[in-house]
Amino acid sequence: MSWFKRENADLTSAPAPEGEDAERRVRTDGLWVKCLGCRQAIWKADLEANLNVCPKCGYHFGMDAQERVASLLEPGYELVDQGLRSTDPLNFTDIKPYKLRLEQGRRQTGLDDAILNAVGDLGPIPVVLSVMEYAFAGGSMGAVVGETIARAVDRSLAGRKPLIIVTASGGARMQEGIVSLLQMAKISSGLAQMDDKRIPYICVLTHPTYGGVTASFAMLGDLNVAEPGALIGFAGPRVIEQTIRQKLPEGFQRSEFLLEKGFLDAVMSRKELKQYLIRALEFMQVPA
Amino acid sequence: MSEEQAGKPLPAAVAAAWERVERARHPQRPYPMDLIGRIFTDFSEIHGDRRFGDDEAVACGMARLAMPGGTTQEVLVIGIRKGGTTKEKVRRNFGMPNPEGYRKALRSMKLAEKFNRPVIAIIDVTAAYPGIGAEERGQGEAIARNLLEMSRLKVPTISVITGEGGSGGALGLAVADRVLILESAVYSVIPPEGAAAIMWRDAGQKQFAAAALRITAPEVADLGCVDGIVPEPAGGIYTDPEAGAIVLGDTIRRHLAELQAMPLDQLIATRRNKFRNLAQFYTETPPQPRQTSPEEASSRV
Ligand SMILES: [Zn+2]
Repeated sequence: MSWFKRENADLTSAPAPEGEDAERRVRTDGLWVKCLGCRQAIWKADLEANLNVCPKCGYHFGMDAQERVASLLEPGYELVDQGLRSTDPLNFTDIKPYKLRLEQGRRQTGLDDAILNAVGDLGPIPVVLSVMEYAFAGGSMGAVVGETIARAVDRSLAGRKPLIIVTASGGARMQEGIVSLLQMAKISSGLAQMDDKRIPYICVLTHPTYGGVTASFAMLGDLNVAEPGALIGFAGPRVIEQTIRQKLPEGFQRSEFLLEKGFLDAVMSRKELKQYLIRALEFMQVPA
Repeated sequence: MSEEQAGKPLPAAVAAAWERVERARHPQRPYPMDLIGRIFTDFSEIHGDRRFGDDEAVACGMARLAMPGGTTQEVLVIGIRKGGTTKEKVRRNFGMPNPEGYRKALRSMKLAEKFNRPVIAIIDVTAAYPGIGAEERGQGEAIARNLLEMSRLKVPTISVITGEGGSGGALGLAVADRVLILESAVYSVIPPEGAAAIMWRDAGQKQFAAAALRITAPEVADLGCVDGIVPEPAGGIYTDPEAGAIVLGDTIRRHLAELQAMPLDQLIATRRNKFRNLAQFYTETPPQPRQTSPEEASSRV
């Protein structure tokens, strides 16, 4: 049984990567999972116990927003800024009404939109955490995602607490048109204030991160850290291929490629991520 | 209407939206450098991003603007260059900037900030270029950096979309105190063709995509995503570029005078609040206890 429905990808705004790698969701058939990295059968419980990373080859499966929050924050964290829902500002319909797609996203994820904010402790450090949910409309950013992340920024500014954003997004949500584009400016302008006030912001980029998310907050961290093998870019691979009419090089737009080109501070496996973040935030603690 | 579907007339609203797109892309439409030449004097170009190269799709330069009362204002002007002839279009990469273009623009804006000169960006861009080199050199990072830095630039800023306002490619020059749009220009998160191909799975639906995305100047203004519409001569600015440039020039002067009258702190706070509070289309309900059905929970890993 695959709980991931193909329709989720319809909402992915920037043309996102195709094929099974586009969706690193764990597809389970009973107690065993076939690894998309090494093709071996993995005991589902082993995968769960290992933060959805293949114990045999290290392949990073997707992780939903709730799991991500739990993997980073100590018990006792609080989920905040919930209950925001899109008003469908364009009253948009393509081959299906946007309202129906939103309903579907809510049903499938239990979230109101593609984002989850939390406040809690990362190790010993109080932080604000904002995590994107790829399973909701391809993690695309409309007014609700924009506002929710802006509220996370507001919380960081008000409490002088470090902000961590975990991205997983096809980019702007096309069904909200220009409204979705302006969310990039909304969040980036908040991040400028964080920078002015020397409040740490770290972005954790996970598979996939594209379009308006890459061209705004995903690239604006004091540190930008990615999970291994994640696809990260501005334009989607298909758009680039169609524009230049040639095949893309092997490994193009992977985390390791961005690291080599100088656009990431580190590529960190999920297991090492938390320690790296704690260490970085300790470095960034400055007297107010 | 150049591209009607075979035999089937488009609904009136769809035809009207597409006509706007055709006007925004009209080959005789004055390009940013044409408008800059008519509105400003003494344009002296500044080249290069000091990191990789000089992007010929983006022009930056020092210029002068005659203000009411006979004074002259030094300004920093940014204009997208699409190119007229085929050869020129290729040289300008069809007006699609690479990261160097955004970085050159930012470098120029910082120069303007240092010497307290206002920044005027004239934008007509299909998209930021989607290419291998653009990705390797951080197209996303270049645009992102501009959004952040423009939001706190310590001089008045005015951005005008004069033709196509192509998504992040336009926004990367449009986080300004005043964002204006010409009457028959468009501002969109994705070109109608791309939306049709991805969302309708049929590139032939571009007219319907154009209408559904609400990309025309009045629609974008209704959504609160621009600060004002600049009227064009009847029939479109390409019918009388000089008259259109005079109206645009006067509009820029008026906004600039307003912005220059504001104390710097207020200017930046107003800009920041504008972007914080725009495009808010959500309802707020009290938090509900999370409900995950047992079936969903068990199928997740
Ligand atoms: Zn494996």
